[in-house]
Amino acid sequence: MTELWNSIPAWLQYAVLIAPLMVTLTIVVAMYTLAERRVIGAMQTRIGPNRVGPFGLFQPFADVFKLFFKEVLIPTQANRVLFLIAPLLALVPAFAAWAVLPFDAGVVLADVNAGLLYILALTSMTVYGVIIAGWASNSKYALLGAMRSAAQIVAYEIAMGFALVGVLMAAGSLNLGAIVDAQVGPFWHWYWLPLLPMFLIYFISGVAETNRAPFDVAEGESEIVAGFHVEYSGATFAAFFLAEYMNMILISFLAALLFLGGWHPLAFGIDAVDEVLALVPGTLWLFAKAGFFMFCFLWFRATFPRYRYDQIMRLGWKVFIPITIVWIFVEGFLIYMGWGPWWQ
Amino acid sequence: MSVESVLFYLFGTILVASALGVITARNPVHGVLLLVLAFFTAAVLWLLLQAEFLAIVLVLVYVGAVMVLFLFVVMMLDVNVARIREGYAKYLPLGIVIALVMAAQIVIVVGAQAFGLEFFPRPEALPADHSNTRALGLLLYTHYVYPFELAAVILLVAIVAAITLTLRHREGTRTQDVSRQVRVKRADRVRLVKMDSDKGEQP
Amino acid sequence: MTDTAFTIPAFMLALPEIWLLTAACAVLLADLFIPDARRALTLWLSVAVILVTAGLVVIGFPDASTTTFEGMFIHDPMSAVLKVGMLVIAAFALLCSRAYLADRGLLKGEYFTLALFSVLGMMVMISAGSFLTVYLGLELLSLSLYAMVALDRDSPIAAEAAMKYFVLGAIASGLLLYGMSLLYGVTGSLDLATVSAAVADGQIARAPLMLALAFVVVGLTFKLGAVPFHMWVPDVYHGAPTSVTLFIGSAPKIAAFALLMRMLVDGLESLHADWQQLLIILSVLSLAIGNIVAIAQTNIKRMLAYSTISHVGFLLLGVLAGTAAGYSASMFYALVYALMAAGGFAMVLLLSRQGFEGDRLDDFRGLNERSPWFAFVMLILMASMAGLPPTVGFFAKVEVLAAVVDVELVWLAVVAVAFSIVGAYYYLRVIKLMYFDQAEDTHALAVGPEFKVALSANGLAVLGLGLFPGLLLGLCAAVFL
Repeated sequence: MTELWNSIPAWLQYAVLIAPLMVTLTIVVAMYTLAERRVIGAMQTRIGPNRVGPFGLFQPFADVFKLFFKEVLIPTQANRVLFLIAPLLALVPAFAAWAVLPFDAGVVLADVNAGLLYILALTSMTVYGVIIAGWASNSKYALLGAMRSAAQIVAYEIAMGFALVGVLMAAGSLNLGAIVDAQVGPFWHWYWLPLLPMFLIYFISGVAETNRAPFDVAEGESEIVAGFHVEYSGATFAAFFLAEYMNMILISFLAALLFLGGWHPLAFGIDAVDEVLALVPGTLWLFAKAGFFMFCFLWFRATFPRYRYDQIMRLGWKVFIPITIVWIFVEGFLIYMGWGPWWQ
Repeated sequence: MSVESVLFYLFGTILVASALGVITARNPVHGVLLLVLAFFTAAVLWLLLQAEFLAIVLVLVYVGAVMVLFLFVVMMLDVNVARIREGYAKYLPLGIVIALVMAAQIVIVVGAQAFGLEFFPRPEALPADHSNTRALGLLLYTHYVYPFELAAVILLVAIVAAITLTLRHREGTRTQDVSRQVRVKRADRVRLVKMDSDKGEQP
Repeated sequence: MTDTAFTIPAFMLALPEIWLLTAACAVLLADLFIPDARRALTLWLSVAVILVTAGLVVIGFPDASTTTFEGMFIHDPMSAVLKVGMLVIAAFALLCSRAYLADRGLLKGEYFTLALFSVLGMMVMISAGSFLTVYLGLELLSLSLYAMVALDRDSPIAAEAAMKYFVLGAIASGLLLYGMSLLYGVTGSLDLATVSAAVADGQIARAPLMLALAFVVVGLTFKLGAVPFHMWVPDVYHGAPTSVTLFIGSAPKIAAFALLMRMLVDGLESLHADWQQLLIILSVLSLAIGNIVAIAQTNIKRMLAYSTISHVGFLLLGVLAGTAAGYSASMFYALVYALMAAGGFAMVLLLSRQGFEGDRLDDFRGLNERSPWFAFVMLILMASMAGLPPTVGFFAKVEVLAAVVDVELVWLAVVAVAFSIVGAYYYLRVIKLMYFDQAEDTHALAVGPEFKVALSANGLAVLGLGLFPGLLLGLCAAVFL
């Protein structure tokens, strides 16, 4: 079997590995959309979709088929080429970022040194899909949404980048696998504790960066209809939708990897309990931790009212960025002093 | 041709083509987007040179942040391309002559006789675990600490200059002072009035 | 890279720079807490910071040339002398600006912060030992100056000046950078000493060296404002607020001289024969255009701008001689010129008041009636710029001409003298206006006491150095021993 695997060319090996990853991700997104509607339904004491298939499990597939059989409308005054490229530009980085994400020790498509930077670079590119969509639609609402989104993403990207600087300082590496391995041990060894401000800022910035509630002014259906994708229909709309949810899942996985010890099992420092918990495979632990963050995305949406635009900007520039900068100094001091269980 | 050179020529062609597009595009937004493409392909070329840190930072900083703001501004502006192109044809012949002379000079000078492979031998292959990021960090904070700090000062000056030139306190605009909002006490806003229910006006 | 040896650099050699940077940041922060009514406090703080920096340079005055930060920072007598001169003149420029800025609503903390950072940029340039620090210092200086020129946002002429300054400055930086990159390509080093050794070695193909040299010289002279790269000078000097003109017209000339010395002498001395040719052309053109066009000006800021161009021609003369005597003569010239230019622009500030710029030549009419003392100071300054004895300008010109004659470029000296005589006309015209014309404007001069003291000191320094030139001349000569 190994011989057969080694005999095929490298590009084919990658293709064989990439295809199932993409299919799985797409299915996870589909299930996530269903979960969103069910969870928010439950929080609002409604039922949510439960008719198509058992527990409504086939609902997302019905939605997908509906979208794909719809006509893709292109407004007459729109810039055709850019209008069609925009959804792709949103989707491609969302998929590509997964290349460096490890699912267990060594289970990663591309084990690169600068993995964290790579992810940061790719997530920063998703904004192009949004801006180009907004501009190419030649519609006021779309342009307004795109502008809001661009300013917001640039603002929160800085805070997010600084939060990640904190992680890379703590672990001394940009490789995601190495960062996870630096957090081995009971749950207070994970970086959420020494980097608590970074952790919170990272996740909140992640919510803002994916344009999700309560930072979803880019869509802002009450003022600007649906923001940047107001003119999109059918498959092109589906692409934006897919990209948004993929990014949410990515942020959740990253938060789990960077701050919650990744695939390391939950441990309390009590041998008997820890041994039992360690029986659960690492990948499941990772999915459970990421699942918690994915749930938080939905929880926020069901709970918080939308921020006003100037409040979003203020929070990003005047609160998060200063806090992260201060914490980088604090952290540098802690590392220098060799504090806690983290930097012995 | 090895895979590397195929990739090099492929991305080199895209880079040159998109750079040409930047200066010939009629629509400024297309120009900016082509510039983004040019940056991105340049990053790919750096990746081919195993400078992965620089490549990713180029994407992160230029593509992900600088050009977004650039695009932001260009989209807001109503650029009248026709007016910008006034006199374009008039100066075109002169421009072409100057460009050709310069190109010829550069080709003569920056040719193989001074910049050939014998002057620049292929660098030794680096071990697989070589981290570009680490190497750069070590250099920046030791050998190049002085210019590094100076570059930081330049950025500080840029911030100060930009804020000085654009910040204008207008009279009469209503802005929120969040810290004042937060500082508000109950006593500032609510006044409990004790009223005797018996003496109130009867409807 | 872990194997490369690294020793902690000698930070103490750069103590003035470190102090200035720290203090500039402190002033930036302190300014936040100073109420608008007491904004002048920032000015005093900035002046104090600059003077303390000058004191630190004097205390750490080097006996010989040493380097630190891996050769990127040169600590030598030339840099120390130039720094002290530059710092004193920068402090003078700030000291004179209070009333002018306050009248125009420009008395803001950022003005002084930017000035402090530009001073830091100049210090870095003066001490630069590598292309990297040359360029970073230059950019730090230029960026601060662009912003200072644009500071008066309600003035369209200032905005235009800032735009021109910025665009042309960026082109000049680009040219310089391109030359540097070619040099880096052929020598494989950014370090000036290494580049110098590699070029002197003679192993390098000539074509790329010549192209690189051309780019470097054009870039440098663009920044200096030599003809034919002078177009920006009159517009920027004219358009900028006068206090900014005073700032950019004086101290940066010293830094620009240092830049020229570092790049051409420290870096490319073995190509002296080649850059001499280029500098001769630039210098003759600058002397000619500067002096002749200045005659036609009616605005004194523009006139002084063209006079700057002609003085740059003189400055280049000493450098192109390529001898120690020539370098020290040019250094003397740069210091003296910065002093005179600072005085000249300060005179324009003297005449200005709220709502009135006082930058026309006619505004100088009858100054003698309004203030005999300051008319006399202006007399000294103009005489010195024209190169009349017993002012210091005379000795500056004589030294440079002597250096040129020494290398058997007599014709060049003759050309320079001829154009100086042409130039004397417009300087003397100002004197005539002050002493022999009726005053049109009889307002009292509205400047503070610190201004009067500073300007008087400037005028006396020009006269005093003219009467006793030996001290500064000796210092400049000792630097190049």
